[in-house]
Amino acid sequence: MQTFSGVGVSPGRIIGTVRQMPKPISEPPAGEQLAAGTSAEDATAALKAASQAVHDELKARAAHATGDGKAVLEATALMAKDTMLIKGAAKLVARGTSSERAIWESGSSVSEMLHNLGGYMAERATDVLDVRARIVAELRGVPAPGIPASNTPFVLVAEDLAPADTATLDPNKVLALVTAGGGPQSHTAIIARSLGLPAVVAAVGVDELADGTEVFVDGAAGSVTSEPDASFRAAADAWAATASLLSEFTGTGTTADGHLVPLLANVGGGKDAAAAAKLGAQGVGLFRTEFCFLERDTEPSVEEQAAAYKSVFDAFPGKKVVLRTLDAGADKPLPFLTDSTEPNPALGVRGYRTDFTTPGVLDRQLEAIALAEKQSEADVWVMAPMISTAEEAARFAAMCADAGIKTPGVMVEVPSAALTAESILREVGFASLGTNDLTQYAMAADRQLGPLANLNTPWQPAVLRLVGLTVEGSRAEGNGKPVGVCGEAAADPALAVVLTGLGVNTLSMTARSLAAVAAVLKTVTLAEAQELAKLALSAPSATEARAWVREKLPVLEELGL
Amino acid sequence: MPERIATIASRSGLHARPAALFAEAAGDVGVEVTIAMQGEPADEALDASSILSLMTLGAAKGDVVVLRADGDGADAALDSLVKLLETDLDAE
Repeated sequence: MQTFSGVGVSPGRIIGTVRQMPKPISEPPAGEQLAAGTSAEDATAALKAASQAVHDELKARAAHATGDGKAVLEATALMAKDTMLIKGAAKLVARGTSSERAIWESGSSVSEMLHNLGGYMAERATDVLDVRARIVAELRGVPAPGIPASNTPFVLVAEDLAPADTATLDPNKVLALVTAGGGPQSHTAIIARSLGLPAVVAAVGVDELADGTEVFVDGAAGSVTSEPDASFRAAADAWAATASLLSEFTGTGTTADGHLVPLLANVGGGKDAAAAAKLGAQGVGLFRTEFCFLERDTEPSVEEQAAAYKSVFDAFPGKKVVLRTLDAGADKPLPFLTDSTEPNPALGVRGYRTDFTTPGVLDRQLEAIALAEKQSEADVWVMAPMISTAEEAARFAAMCADAGIKTPGVMVEVPSAALTAESILREVGFASLGTNDLTQYAMAADRQLGPLANLNTPWQPAVLRLVGLTVEGSRAEGNGKPVGVCGEAAADPALAVVLTGLGVNTLSMTARSLAAVAAVLKTVTLAEAQELAKLALSAPSATEARAWVREKLPVLEELGL
Repeated sequence: MPERIATIASRSGLHARPAALFAEAAGDVGVEVTIAMQGEPADEALDASSILSLMTLGAAKGDVVVLRADGDGADAALDSLVKLLETDLDAE
């Protein structure tokens, strides 16, 4: 038995077998030649055999998939043995290039050609690159890149997961996520919470676990234990029993004494919104509009945007939907908006700031929002990300007014916005704390870096103090303008209690966490939550803040959260 | 060389799912089939069983294409492929 300690980012206790995520396929060196003694004919035959094998593997996977996923896999399977791709490579092999290098270069030129055609073709360009990497893996005799295919569910262990990996992550096949790198705010953590999978990040050494090793994963405690004994089995069984209780939310967030804290959902599109409504969300606290823009070379039209926004509004008729305007830059680059050569993108032209360098995109987005609002019954609020000053808030409010949007607001993610919340809230109608970025900026610690995981937690007393200052700013402003939290912090039930105690009005989170947060919140009174907030603020470290608060909330241990 | 003309019926044109279905069918007929937009020279025709070629062809709904094939069974193969192109595959 061996235990690896990391940071628990999504609760749950399960036992399963390890499957390691294969390392990405490295590029075959430029100019690599056929090995001495290998004829071009043999190399071409090997290439064709590899492409056939990749085709067969993808085709077999397509047979088990459904809907869009099936269509994409079928098309990708055909690409693997496509004559354009293979003939291009065979020509290079005939001139003496190694088969790996030949397919690599042929894939590059086909992918570039599709990319240049734009539209739907450009979206398929990455599929060609995926196929190319699979053929190279087959030629080298190493596992194919991407999430391993398996007929039995497994614990996925990786260095870290990229957003692209998640598209192929099948929640029915993956029992838990464990990464050696990454932090509490990394993509792995966000994905795990949205899928309701137990997850541990920054668990150094787990990448050494052999495939097939049985492990116990505790996503609340942040531990991974190999070859677990009977006591761990009992813990996993107990979790299975309580997990079903934690899947229902009655639809009203409240403390034990009836102080109402509406529990809202973070969504990325119409499908998400419909799922969130089903899980009882009282509205949407963060509608990320990037989905409609990502992987696009050009800006979508106003009509196209409006249709996408309406699909979210329609899931919540008569309820609040807080939409965040385009938040491009840093980890979400967009070719028509952001400059990928910035030396320091997290501190660069991102979020609201892209309006300085590419004016017009935001105006058209606001126009699309107003158009969608007119055609729906949702109560639409609109906020700008990355606001740093009252001047920016005022300008954004004016832009909203011009577009006919009634309730403009700001995200509080930059510490300066928390510190000047009073003057900022004079300009707009509400504020919403984005705790992921607020933590990254307050602690000067990159969200994605595993070694900084301990700095990068919203339990840091400095971050909690910034939350408190934002609430105080709203009180000083005097018109009772709401302050919500829409970062991952709100999904942590213990932290949700602290945020309520700090005076936050609404909590918005991944819909999967609503039931757990509601279950814990209703066990404390507002006065108790305020005491716990004071306790957390007084702690000398994030670790102690978390430990002290959790100790006073025995319900967490009972529920395995 | 036997050839046929066909009008693309699928709503999304000859890409996405219709292209995959057509490329697969063209690869299964046993003879080499080429495809070109009507009016394009025959020596610039593309391999009809290549989904990547079909995507670069960029045929939209209503476009007219020319299919060509040679050898045993070419006529039957072309007839079956014309039928496929003239079916709205997006509707299925």
